[in-house]
Amino acid sequence: MDIKGIVSRLEKTDPGAIDRVSGENEITLNFNDFNKAMQTLHDDKSLCFDMLVDIVAIDRIDRMPQSHRFDLVYILLCSKDFSRLLVRLAAGEDNEVPSVSSIWASADWAEREVYDLMGITFSGHPNLRRILTWKNFEGHPLRKDFPLEGKDFDQQFDTTSIEDY
Amino acid sequence: MGIENQLTGDNILVTSLNKLVNWSRSNSVWPCTFGLACCALEMIATSLASFDISRFGSEVFRPSPRQSDLLIVAGTVSKKMAPMVKRVYDQMADPKWVIAMGACASCGGTFQSYAVLQGVDQIIPVDVYLPGCPPRPEALLAGLMKIQEKIRTENLNQRPDFKPGERYETQVPKVELIR
Ligand code: SF4
Repeated sequence: MDIKGIVSRLEKTDPGAIDRVSGENEITLNFNDFNKAMQTLHDDKSLCFDMLVDIVAIDRIDRMPQSHRFDLVYILLCSKDFSRLLVRLAAGEDNEVPSVSSIWASADWAEREVYDLMGITFSGHPNLRRILTWKNFEGHPLRKDFPLEGKDFDQQFDTTSIEDY
Repeated sequence: MGIENQLTGDNILVTSLNKLVNWSRSNSVWPCTFGLACCALEMIATSLASFDISRFGSEVFRPSPRQSDLLIVAGTVSKKMAPMVKRVYDQMADPKWVIAMGACASCGGTFQSYAVLQGVDQIIPVDVYLPGCPPRPEALLAGLMKIQEKIRTENLNQRPDFKPGERYETQVPKVELIR
């Protein structure tokens, strides 16, 4: 389905959920209607986005404080006609984004990765803990204000300082 | 033909224990099957037909650290992996040697980052450092020859695993025949 069809379908079921339509396959959703709209995108017979390919988080610290700090981009795929949709959502630093792991199981690890590297928390996630770094790691390394070398870079490394799940 | 003609009969060769042990150790250095990143592929290539590490007596890559003498740290050591690298080294029985293969294992390489250990010598002692990203198989063989050279010139009672006064005796279990 092309973007016009998707938008009109979504407008019918969740009026006001779409904030902006940009380009050929990208929509921006409003924060409050996010979970419901995502459920529609998955459940609706004619839309049928049955696969969540990935979640991308972007740190837009440069546009603070006029706007929200993070952008989340959900990449959806329909396995019937192979149409793709990018769903964008703006999230602030202390926003708890509703988890979509109950809709797409693949969101479980993707959201853990976003939480680990960007520090965005998801409400309703069954198991939100770090996935790539270790348990007692401090900070979220892909944030723009995280120093690349981390802390204690020039100090002797001790293997017992690593705690893991 | 050669030496074997001279050896007919009851001949004796005299050498020192040091030389004999070091000679036998240096010609069968068994590496641990252990690769961390892209350098591991060069290590694998070294063991294949065109470079053939078996010419140096090291073709037996052991899947268990208990049976290996040489740890080739082939690749980037991330900080999360570091405790496991140390554990593999600790589990190896003495005598043991370590090659830090490639820029990453030697000093962190291109990865000046929060996640990567800046040189495996921060956690385990290293005998030979190999520069390169990745070092070619010839370089790994050269590193192996350096290890062999080191083994041959070693003094047994200067090895870290040597404990003065301690003797290892083989205990032969008493077997009773049951009829
Ligand atoms: S030294 Fe180069 S080839 Fe070797 S592990 Fe590091 S990046 Fe890969």
